Parts: sequence; C-alpha cells; structure tokens
Amino acid sequence: MNITQLLFWLLTVIAIGSALMIVTSKNPVYSVLGLIVTFFAISGHYILMNAQFLAIVNIIVYAGAIMVLFLFVIMLMNLSRATETLKNKWLQIVGAIAGSCLFLVLIAALKNTEIKKNLVEMGTGDIGLVKSLGRELFTTFVVPFEISSVLFLSAMIGAVVIGKKE
Amino acid sequence: MYLLAIDWIFIIEKLVLIAAIVTLSMVVAMYATYGERKVAAFIQDRIGPNRAGPFGLLQPLADGGKLFFKEEIIPLASSKFLFILGPLLAMVTALLTSAVIPWGASMNIGNRTVPLQVADVNIGILYVFGVVSLGVYGIMLGGWASNNKFSLLAAIRGASQMVSYELAMGLSLIAVLMLTGSLQMSVIVGEQYNAVWNIAYQPIGFIIFFICALAETNRTPFDLPEAENELNFGYHQEYSSMKLGFYLFAEYINMFISGVIMATLYFGGYDIPFVNEASLAQHIGENWVALLTFLTLMVKALFFVFVFMWIRWTIPRFRFDQLMHLGWKRLIPLALLNMVITAVVILWLKK
Repeated sequence: MNITQLLFWLLTVIAIGSALMIVTSKNPVYSVLGLIVTFFAISGHYILMNAQFLAIVNIIVYAGAIMVLFLFVIMLMNLSRATETLKNKWLQIVGAIAGSCLFLVLIAALKNTEIKKNLVEMGTGDIGLVKSLGRELFTTFVVPFEISSVLFLSAMIGAVVIGKKE
Repeated sequence: MYLLAIDWIFIIEKLVLIAAIVTLSMVVAMYATYGERKVAAFIQDRIGPNRAGPFGLLQPLADGGKLFFKEEIIPLASSKFLFILGPLLAMVTALLTSAVIPWGASMNIGNRTVPLQVADVNIGILYVFGVVSLGVYGIMLGGWASNNKFSLLAAIRGASQMVSYELAMGLSLIAVLMLTGSLQMSVIVGEQYNAVWNIAYQPIGFIIFFICALAETNRTPFDLPEAENELNFGYHQEYSSMKLGFYLFAEYINMFISGVIMATLYFGGYDIPFVNEASLAQHIGENWVALLTFLTLMVKALFFVFVFMWIRWTIPRFRFDQLMHLGWKRLIPLALLNMVITAVVILWLKK
C-alpha cells in the first residue's frame, strides 16, 4: 500500500464518517461542521486526481461562502435547541426508500465508467489544471457556460426583486 | 535517501522550512503587538511600554506569560468543544496562508536547489483565498459558542463583513492575474523580478486590495466585530487566558501575512529594487542573495504592518451600514471597472 492509496482510504473514511455525522447529530451546528469536513475530504480526492482548480473552488465556494450562510441562519434562528418534533413514521420510511433508490442509481451509473480504474492521478493528467479547464470552458463549452451565467444573473435579479420592499 | 518510496531529504527540507516560517510568523506577530503599542504611543505623544527589558523589548514575553498563567474560564452554558475550536481555527487559518508564499530566491545547499517556498502549487493565489474564506469560522464559532448576545452579534457582523469584502478583493485580484497570466505565486513574482512592479499597472487595484485586506483582518476602520462601545468586547468577550491570546495573536499574524501577500502581488515580492540579483549572485554567492531577497520581502511586509497600525491610530471606525455601503456600492463597481479597463488595455496592446 503506497502513500497515495493510504491517502485515498483516509480521505474516504473521513468523507463518509463526517457525512454520517451530518445526518446523525442532534445539533444543527455540528451538522454544518460535518458538512464542511466532508467538503474538505472531497477536495482532497480532487487533489489526488490532480484537479487542483476544482478542489480549491469547492473549498472557496462551498466551505467558505455557502456554509457560512448556513451557519448564519442557524445561529440567528437559534435552532440548536432540539425543538423539532419527530416526523411521521411513514414519511421516514418513504424517505429511506427514496434515498436508497438514488444511491442505487448512482452506483449503477458509476459502475462501468473508467473512474474505477483511475482512482488517483499523481503528477499526470493536466485536465484539472486552470489552463486546460479554462480553454475547454471558453471554446468547446462556451454556449452552455454563458447560458449558465445568464441563469445565475437572472436568479440574482429575481432574489433582489423578491427581497425588495414595496 | 529513499525509504518506502519517499524522498526523505525532501520531507526534512520542507519540514525545516515550515518550522522556520511558522516560527517567523509567531515572532513577527509577537513583536507586532509591541510595535502596535509603540506606534500608538508615538502618535499620541506618549512613551509606550518601556519597563520590561531595554526599551520594553521583553514586553511581548511578559504579556504572553501573563496570558498563559491566567485562569481559564469556560462558560457553563456554552458548547465546550466549539468554544475551544474557535480560537484554534482562527490560529490555524492564520498560519496556513504562508504555505504558498515565495519567501526569497532559491538557496543552494549541498548541490541541492532549495526554493524558499513550501508548495509552489498551480492554484497559488486561489489557495490563499480558500484559506482566508475559512478564517471567518474562527470568529463565528467562537462568538456563537460563547452563548452571549453581544458575542453572537459581533460574530455575525464579522462574518458578513468578511464575506462582503472577499468579493471586491477577488475582483481587484483578477486584474493582476490578467497581467501575469498565471495563478502561481512564483510566476507572479517572476514576472515582476527585475522588471516593473505590478503597482505601476494596478494602482487602483492595489488600493481596493488594501482596503479589503483591512476589512478581512478586522482592523480599524473595519474592526466592528470588536467595537467595544457597542458590543462590550466583541466575539471574544467570554474568552480568557491564552484562548483570548490566540484570537488577538491570530489578528497580528493575519496582518503580517496580508502584508507579505500585498508585497508579493503588487510590490515585486522578494525582488530587491534597482539591483540585478543575477550579477549580485556572482559576487557574493547564491545563498547570500537568497538571504538578502528574504530580508527585502520582510522590509516590504513590515512597512505594510506599520501602515495598518498607523491607520488604526488615526481613523475612527465606520458605522456598520457605512461599511456595507462602501463594500457593495463603492468597491465592487470600482473593482469591476478596473478589471474591464485592464482587460481592454491588455487586448488592445496585444493586437
């Protein structure tokens, strides 16, 4: 077992462990912290695949900005006290079934891809570096890229319009 | 020396470098507290600390000793784990940033070129941004875990302030990145090495970056998270002993590191002005030049630390709505304009 494999398994254990913590912990603040740790572990996986840009953007956007807003809301509403009542039993069962179905579909989709053979890429493969990623985005995929940016803009304007007082 | 397919000399080299940089940041932060008090004293026409040792030079040690021996209080109603995690995160994120900074020209030890940089990663400056954006957790968790309304308010102020000013900071940086064409810190310095510094092309960008750096490190005029006349003592009100010390210490480390980053991005990094390092290396040897370049970077960084202190003891703090107004309605449009103009000029000149 060389060092990359060791890192891979370590990150995997951290990711799954903290993901479980999100669901199981009673205090929502701990759930948010668990989610942040999960993002870090996933970023570690990205770095093992030499996708440095993806890794750091994952940290800046999700761990650095979006989770701060989550924490913000939880702190302001003071949700830490476990006041939430138990949900309907049937609802729980349905939720469990739906979740497992999604999980099954994901596994089936990923079973035959080449990802299985290529768990890590050390020093090889520059597809995840800034230069090659930028070139792809602004040449091959320029139309979807621009459309998604327009989508973001419209979402932003919509939020401002809804949030504005009469 | 290869063992378990690991180059151990490489690891030892990096460990020594990391230890040196962390120690350096700590010592600079320690003496920055002394410097802060001396600068304050000078501006207010006082003498400042002068009892512990010659010129009061042992004052930081005395302060540290005092903080370590104080009683440690953890409020009963707070979450103990998060309460301790707060200052820890503040300290760790403050120190993490130093990993990608090139601290000087590379040295030559035993036929081995040793770059004075821990990791020259492809994403360089984005790594700095990632770590800075995590810095907010130290304040938020500490303030919330204290279970005190003033602390919570301060934590929320701090978080919203840091998130808002990160945007303008990133936008002002894009202009520099367009000039350099790379995110790698070593390339950004290399472009300015023995050439024109980025400040000549990006004066407005630098001013925006500087203002945002003040806001990110929670320094006056943006120190609203610890506005004592509104919030008692801010997010670290419930903290005592060294946990309080770590919060205060992290601020000084952040100040030093942001000084280094400003020097690296806009003021040529470790480039000695008006000196050709390559010809100097032939006279006095590569290692001495590396040392000189490192000292140059330190002088530039410490100058910025001084400017931070100068501002603190000159300007009163903003009101919170003024701060948000400045961030969102002034700095972001200005940074966008700066970015567009830079892009147009670069395209025009390249054609």
